[in-house]
Amino acid sequence: MSDPYGDRGNKDVSIGNPKGMGSEIPQRKGKSHPAPGGPFLIGDGMTAGYGNGPDILHDCTIAVDRGEIAVIVGPNGAGKSTGMKAVFGMLDMRKGHVRLDGEDITDLSPQDRVAKGMGFVPQTSNIFTSMTVEENLEMGAFIRTDDFSDTMAQVYDLFPILKDKRNQAAGELSGGQRQQVAVGRALMTQPKVLMLDEPTAGVSPIVMDELFDRIIEVARTGIPILMVEQNARQALEIADKGYVLVQGANAYTGTGKELLADPEVRKSFLGG
Amino acid sequence: MDLLNALVAFLNYVFVPGVAYGSQLALGALGVTLVYGILRFSNFAHGDTMAMGAMATVLMTWLFQSWGLTLGPLPTALLALPFGIAFAIGLLLFTDRAVYKFYRVKKAKPVILVIVSLGVTFIYNGVTRFIIGADDQSFFDGQRFIISARDFKAMTGLDEGLSFKTTQAITIVTAIIVVIALFWFLNKTRAGKSMRAYSDNEDLALLSGINPERVVMITWMIVATLATIAGVLYGLDKSFKPFTYFQLLLPIFASAIVGGLGNPIGAIAGGFVIAFSEVTITYAWKKILVYLMPENLEPSGLVQLLSTDYKFAVSFVILLIVLLFKPTGLFKGQSV
Repeated sequence: MSDPYGDRGNKDVSIGNPKGMGSEIPQRKGKSHPAPGGPFLIGDGMTAGYGNGPDILHDCTIAVDRGEIAVIVGPNGAGKSTGMKAVFGMLDMRKGHVRLDGEDITDLSPQDRVAKGMGFVPQTSNIFTSMTVEENLEMGAFIRTDDFSDTMAQVYDLFPILKDKRNQAAGELSGGQRQQVAVGRALMTQPKVLMLDEPTAGVSPIVMDELFDRIIEVARTGIPILMVEQNARQALEIADKGYVLVQGANAYTGTGKELLADPEVRKSFLGG
Repeated sequence: MDLLNALVAFLNYVFVPGVAYGSQLALGALGVTLVYGILRFSNFAHGDTMAMGAMATVLMTWLFQSWGLTLGPLPTALLALPFGIAFAIGLLLFTDRAVYKFYRVKKAKPVILVIVSLGVTFIYNGVTRFIIGADDQSFFDGQRFIISARDFKAMTGLDEGLSFKTTQAITIVTAIIVVIALFWFLNKTRAGKSMRAYSDNEDLALLSGINPERVVMITWMIVATLATIAGVLYGLDKSFKPFTYFQLLLPIFASAIVGGLGNPIGAIAGGFVIAFSEVTITYAWKKILVYLMPENLEPSGLVQLLSTDYKFAVSFVILLIVLLFKPTGLFKGQSV
């Protein structure tokens, strides 16, 4: 399929600046309306895909309730990240609804969802590399008009290393520190729910353990966390609720412990 | 005495014109670099945006002059400048809404937008000529010189005169003020930081609640302001002729690329590199060398490396050299 707005065959990067260019996000101008009941955040029966492309999610449901950590695991290409993006409104939703705190937000744009209290840390490009750590946090608090210095102090308490590096460009930090900046940026809005897409991707096992500890710490402050994770076993151990996705659909759902004990799940995804 | 004369001749013919021209290029290159950094394409319509903004300023200047409204020793154009800027802002926002937005929503690749901007260039070009004509227009008034060559000679008793035009002084002062204001805006204000964030990572800016359409709007407003100021300063210093602005596109892009596209500091440095290269290569150095060299070594020719007719070749060659050997420019830009 040819793309009339693409640059097929063009190798000249001196006249255009594709770096940091955004992805195509469906234009939504709708409003939210009350839909009481159900979990705190739920993507209910989502069927979705990119642009005019085929469906990637098939009637997929993911949810997280107050005070919980929900983890989405599954093989590569199962639609884990896509599911997160669909919940955040960055995908073309063909069927299904997203509800947050008793409101149907399916028709809201991603910016409006941020304003409603959703925080999202994408898997890649999740920091502003050319800006300092402090500026990254400031940008996280962009929608806030009140004084956010105490929130910033809280983030620095959670991630002390960031305080030492606050005037350094975020792009110069190590992988683990970058992830801390990314999570810190999302916390700056004081979100009511936090969505993390593979927060431990590409960091060493020691840093991974520390990041998990921090995530549990954030969850203890009462923020529900919805998380995609490659390290299925470790993630399910801390999860209150687990979703196993296969080919864009729910394969297994249960508490973290149930899934860890389920012989089918163990055989297919946890290596026995 | 000869050394002083040589120095004065150098200042008069090379340094002062170079600084003024460099400031104009720097302002133009800043606009180009902002569009490249934030809207992610090379805006070929920038030269003609300058022409349109300057045209509106010229028309307002004529209106004020017909009313007898002047600024005394300063050119009336300064009074008309805000109106020119307002017109350019309106024009660019309209163009964005009517043309660029369509492609932005579809996330068209930068190369498509470059060609789109070329189309916009032709339309601006035609409209400018349709309204004001293709000829030279004079709109300068007020005092021509701060120091004229004759006064300088009388004051110092040197053989060489140093003239300093009012327009050159205005150009340099305005450029300094505009650059300081722009850097303060980009680095200290919330809106400026949101522009940098959007330039860095569009999707993440969206996730932080930054409204992309607002960033784009602010960018076009700043670009319109920079383009109009650059266009009017160039018009005051030389003369207003629509076609020269289209030709200016080459040195302006050369400046932006030499400094590193997408880097505002680079745009300023690049502007001066190009301006001084152009002035020094096309200047006939005989006058200065006559003062400096012993009598029997005096050059018989003009010692002019390139005729002024070929001044654009200088920018072009520099552009080629930079793209071949240091494509990211002097300061680290975003290109390549």
